Amino acid sequence: MHELSIAMGIIKIAEEETKKANKTAVELIEIEIGSMAGVELDSLHYVWKTAVKNTVLENAKLEIDYKEGRAKCLECDTTYKVNKAYDNCPKCKSYFKNILQGKELRIKILEVI
Amino acid sequence: MCGVCGCGTDGVAINKPNQEHNHNHDGHSHVHDGHSHDHSHSHGKTIIDLEKDILSHNNIEAARNRGYFEAKNIFTLNLVSSPGSGKTSILETTLKDLKEELNFYVIEGDQQTLNDADRIDALNVPVIQVNTGKGCHLESDMIYDAVKQLKPKENSILMIENVGNLVCPSMFDLGEQKRVVIISITEGEDKPIKYPDMFDSADICIINKMDLLPHLNFDLAKLKNYAMQVNHHLQFFEVSATTGEGMDKWYNWLKKELENNKIKNT
Repeated sequence: MHELSIAMGIIKIAEEETKKANKTAVELIEIEIGSMAGVELDSLHYVWKTAVKNTVLENAKLEIDYKEGRAKCLECDTTYKVNKAYDNCPKCKSYFKNILQGKELRIKILEVI
Repeated sequence: MCGVCGCGTDGVAINKPNQEHNHNHDGHSHVHDGHSHDHSHSHGKTIIDLEKDILSHNNIEAARNRGYFEAKNIFTLNLVSSPGSGKTSILETTLKDLKEELNFYVIEGDQQTLNDADRIDALNVPVIQVNTGKGCHLESDMIYDAVKQLKPKENSILMIENVGNLVCPSMFDLGEQKRVVIISITEGEDKPIKYPDMFDSADICIINKMDLLPHLNFDLAKLKNYAMQVNHHLQFFEVSATTGEGMDKWYNWLKKELENNKIKNT
């Protein structure tokens, strides 16, 4: 259940940024999570409510921007959708690829009050 | 939203008793004894365009650890696997065979008990146990604290045995130079595609319990094929920590990497 660590990481950053902005609470938090970032959204939602208690995020609205995985084949340059690290190129079947999108795990925006 | 009365939202308003306030807004106003103030305000909302990595704290601490290891020429390995694949046994055999030749330090990660640290301590190798409690993986600040107590000498090898878990430790950089994933042949061949993140993030893969191969229905080629689908850079070592079979190749790799590390850091 590393999603709890992820939630704690989010809280730590939100606490720091809210303090830096001289504010007291977060109204909205927008997070970007890639499909291959290793985070289960259900688990994150499960721990979220408990984790944010008595923090600046307690009443914040959580918005998750989920990014689909995309890769570029190193053999034939085809760009294709990947769900799993071992998905191969639909055109030439090669496993060699560059991941273009899907590893995101970041806080995009905080609305603090 | 007004931070005092909560107006401007349909959320809950929380007020402390005996604290009077008064203000007018579009839409409603309230005036009461004590004081009054008219103002128009934009509800004090600030939007912070952050774009910050959620794991940034762990990554910064990991970079700090890595810098320390490089400066002191400490070659650091992060050993990861599912529970029971033989991480501690591989470590024990390695230490027994090489401790006269090389300087080793060990950080043991487990949720509970000092059992693993006791096994390493019995070999007279400096060791620190990190008990993560409910935590399922080691994080870079735990390594930072452990290293301060362990005080590894220059030109040594630091082995970090992570918590037995093929999922969570993959996301947490500890500042290691190389990540070693261990799998035993009593597990399924499809572990690399069931837990791709760990195999994707590893540099080498040690396949343990090879002495049991004649007794098992295990397809070694299939395992390697799956692992290569996830990470084609993986280098394999087939060993048995119990019989010592294949351990020499792993030792040679370790010595070679130590040498490369020295050259890189000088």
